[in-house]
Amino acid sequence: MKDEAKNSTPESDSPCPCQSAEPADSGRKDTRRDFLFKIGLGLNVVAGAAMGIPLVGYVLSSVFKQPVLDWVSLGSVDSFPEGKTRFASFTNPVKREWDGATADIPCWVRRMSGNDFQIFAINCAHLGCPVRWFEESKLFMCPCHGGVYYEDGAVAAGPPPRGLFQYEFKVANGELLIKAGLMPTLATPNV
Amino acid sequence: MNLLVKKATDAAQGVFLWVDDRLHVTKLWESTAGHHVPKSAGSWFYVFGSATLLCFMIQVMTGIMLALVYVPSGAEAYATLEYLTFQQNLGWLLRGIHYWGSNFMVGIMVLHMTQVYLFGAYKYPREITWLSGLVLMVLTLGLAFTGQVMRFDEDAYWGLGIGVAIVGRVPFIGQELLNLMLGGQIIASETLSRFFALHVFVLPGAVLAVVSLHLRMVLTKGINEYPQPGMLVRRETYDKEYAAILKKEGVPFFPKAISKDLVAAAVVILGILTCALVFGPKGPLGPADPVQIDTAPRPDFWFLWIFAVAALLPPEIETVALLVGPVVIGVILVALPFVNGTGEKSWRRRPFAVIIVLLTYVALGMLTYLGHTSPWSPDMIAWKSAVTPTAQIVNRTPLELQGAVVLQKMQCRNCHAIDGIGGERGPDLTDVGTRLTTPQLIRQVVQGGGNMPAFGQNLTPSQIDAVVAYMATLRPEGVPAARDSSQPAVPPTM
Repeated sequence: MKDEAKNSTPESDSPCPCQSAEPADSGRKDTRRDFLFKIGLGLNVVAGAAMGIPLVGYVLSSVFKQPVLDWVSLGSVDSFPEGKTRFASFTNPVKREWDGATADIPCWVRRMSGNDFQIFAINCAHLGCPVRWFEESKLFMCPCHGGVYYEDGAVAAGPPPRGLFQYEFKVANGELLIKAGLMPTLATPNV
Repeated sequence: MNLLVKKATDAAQGVFLWVDDRLHVTKLWESTAGHHVPKSAGSWFYVFGSATLLCFMIQVMTGIMLALVYVPSGAEAYATLEYLTFQQNLGWLLRGIHYWGSNFMVGIMVLHMTQVYLFGAYKYPREITWLSGLVLMVLTLGLAFTGQVMRFDEDAYWGLGIGVAIVGRVPFIGQELLNLMLGGQIIASETLSRFFALHVFVLPGAVLAVVSLHLRMVLTKGINEYPQPGMLVRRETYDKEYAAILKKEGVPFFPKAISKDLVAAAVVILGILTCALVFGPKGPLGPADPVQIDTAPRPDFWFLWIFAVAALLPPEIETVALLVGPVVIGVILVALPFVNGTGEKSWRRRPFAVIIVLLTYVALGMLTYLGHTSPWSPDMIAWKSAVTPTAQIVNRTPLELQGAVVLQKMQCRNCHAIDGIGGERGPDLTDVGTRLTTPQLIRQVVQGGGNMPAFGQNLTPSQIDAVVAYMATLRPEGVPAARDSSQPAVPPTM
């Protein structure tokens, strides 16, 4: 950079009266220019970082935020008959006012007996499509790529790499609660 | 009078010269639209690039107009979309043009890429033209995918769900990538806002920037001459040869080589308009309401082949194929102009290039067809909607009839057709009696296998007896039942 500036001095300086007036000082002036150029660059790196880091932080905020999981109610335990699998839905614990219907998440509730439950996510473990329960054949079937699961969530046929995802649950004051908040995928821990 | 005309002309000329002096319009025009191209490049095969750009311009224009009404909010997007389609004056047409414009854009881009490949236009010295074209391809597909999300209906929602599930398979940072993609923990309003920003700001802006580079390369390195068989590209001599071609038969792009592009442009505009008028916009289907699970999500046309790949890949290699496959394809495409940058350009002497194109088209075409028909998906309502054909229940014993009821009630028809009606996931049962013996049928029903669930726990022994007895009768008239090969072919006579 400095070399280029020096090399170009003889040609570019001639039309400039200020420099031709003091040819002996041109080296010193270039040093001042170079210094200012470096200061300018440095200031912009600092300023750019000062503004850029918060901007990147803004865009990536959803990545670094600790996931919010919370207990949500699926209703009274009695609304789920023993030995049956029933459709249920809940409002996601993290919700924006403008989310509309997207914050309502469905799931399948299987009550074996008493407080013995299995709560399955709606999302097929293959590629996330909504599985449907068939009471007669006691199978979950997926409409996308033909994944099929038994009533306990184990893979019965098709491409799913694992059984249906399950929510953690507890029964309190006669209500069935599940720990919800994350969309279950193969990357989600403990599902 | 004449004097007046002369004065007016002089004044107009004066204004033009003043503007030209300040803005250098003539110079700019001559060096861009007027740049010299080989006469042979004024070919019908060379219209696809400009036609793709035209589609993009139509998309920008109609996109801005749609944005006058559309609200990118989880709660309101669907309502504004319905308003646009059914109430806004000419809204349906705008949506139709934007939808078909996107289909045309991807389709013509594919043709453009095919032509560039077959005509060796990616070879020396147009490597950067090819690379920028690849970036434009990725951006265009990105626009098509994010545009599908803008429709924010059930397919958009579950299409995002499929995207989420694929991203969730990325090792180590899957969850982080997912949160970045969704803008939160679930598919919701912030996801839509994110895809909206990508669709209307980030991706179109990137397209504008990269198109500038793409066209700049056309100006600096020239448009590919129509390849002649036997004219080999050599790094040492090509630039001189190209200059000689331009000197010998170079013509200014405008107005000498643009005529076919103009005709193609009109055809594309009328084509998009006709499709919009005749077929209208796509959807919106049902709203993006996750609780409405009575849905069979399918992506838009250009992504159906990926949907099919996801169904057909063996599960054990699926994650690797979905995540590494695109990288491998990308590396091959990026490496192409560097490993194959010289030599023969004409497709007439590049049989492998022709075979690669044909195989790619056949493979993508068949996968698209399969994605469209999705034979691997159970027909969710067949057990209720597809009645058992009368021919398949006449002259049956009460036990066999009971078996027909079991077969219907147990949702077997969701995967198995009878007389071609029902799901296609498993084999058609119309002639199952000729293929499986009674013991084999029992084993198959009880244990499943070969991609069929086991029904042993869900059927009582008497139900199994009945359904197997019924299936043994399912065979065309005159065709003998399947028999155990360890037994004699003809039953011993009494």
